[in-house]
Amino acid sequence: MKTIIDDLHKAFESRVRLGIMAALAVNDTLDFNALKEYLDVTDGNLASHLKALEKEAFIEVKKTFVKSKPNTRYFMTKSGKKSFEAHISALENLIRSQK
Amino acid sequence: MKTEQEYIRDLTEIRSMMERSTKFLSLTGWSGIMAGLYALEGAYIGYKLFYLNTDTAFYHTIDAQQGSGNVLNFFLLALVVLVLAIGTAIFLSWRKAKKTGERIWNAASRRLLINLAIPLIAGGVFVLILFSKGMIGLIAPVTLLFYGLALLNAGKFTYEEVKYFGIIEIVLGLLASYFIGYGLLFWAFGFGIMHIVYGIYMHLKYEK
Repeated sequence: MKTIIDDLHKAFESRVRLGIMAALAVNDTLDFNALKEYLDVTDGNLASHLKALEKEAFIEVKKTFVKSKPNTRYFMTKSGKKSFEAHISALENLIRSQK
Repeated sequence: MKTEQEYIRDLTEIRSMMERSTKFLSLTGWSGIMAGLYALEGAYIGYKLFYLNTDTAFYHTIDAQQGSGNVLNFFLLALVVLVLAIGTAIFLSWRKAKKTGERIWNAASRRLLINLAIPLIAGGVFVLILFSKGMIGLIAPVTLLFYGLALLNAGKFTYEEVKYFGIIEIVLGLLASYFIGYGLLFWAFGFGIMHIVYGIYMHLKYEK
């Protein structure tokens, strides 16, 4: 039981961060606006969660220009993918063990 | 520490996010039903106008000279059916998206359209080439085949059933290219009846 809870990563306690990771797990890259639309949060809120995930090196930013407008795209790093998958299986195990 | 209920909700939300960010789920069963009705109507008009007027069976290889006027009208008829079906689908999707608060033009719908369009355009060009070479008999089977391939391809980005619908259309297209004289019949079944069956199934499954 103890080890299962250890696998639950602190960074994923927030539902917004979990949502960001879920969306990036199945999309190669997503820009800020797409994430905002899926998660239904304010700019500031989303930006701070993205920064937190960046700090953990779970996601990375790719800045490009679309018709001379800056376009910020996010994608999941390998370690981010690993941690996210570990988090999901920890969640599953936890639920199974409590049944 | 969170409760078990919250963990379950976390998982549910992860799944829903993964689905929402990759799949376009604002398609409606009614679009399928309407597309089927247009197709049946079109096939009926086509049969009345062109099959009964020509001495030779329309769907056998005829020289382009003899049938070109008819074939042109036939293309126009097919185009009207296509525009009506797509127009209805876009309108109904737009209405459904508005109701569920989703946007109709997002990453998921873009991907759906691109994956649908590439096989469809390839098929359209192929049909024009067949026409220019006078191989009229293969046109109906080819439209079924490429439509099926397009649906199979696009099925990854919307309801899974679209994939199976695509496979059925591919099988019908292959059958139609073997039984070459019955193009219009297969066409009416594949684009008409199958759309209606699919539409009713989707309506009962997801919109009831």
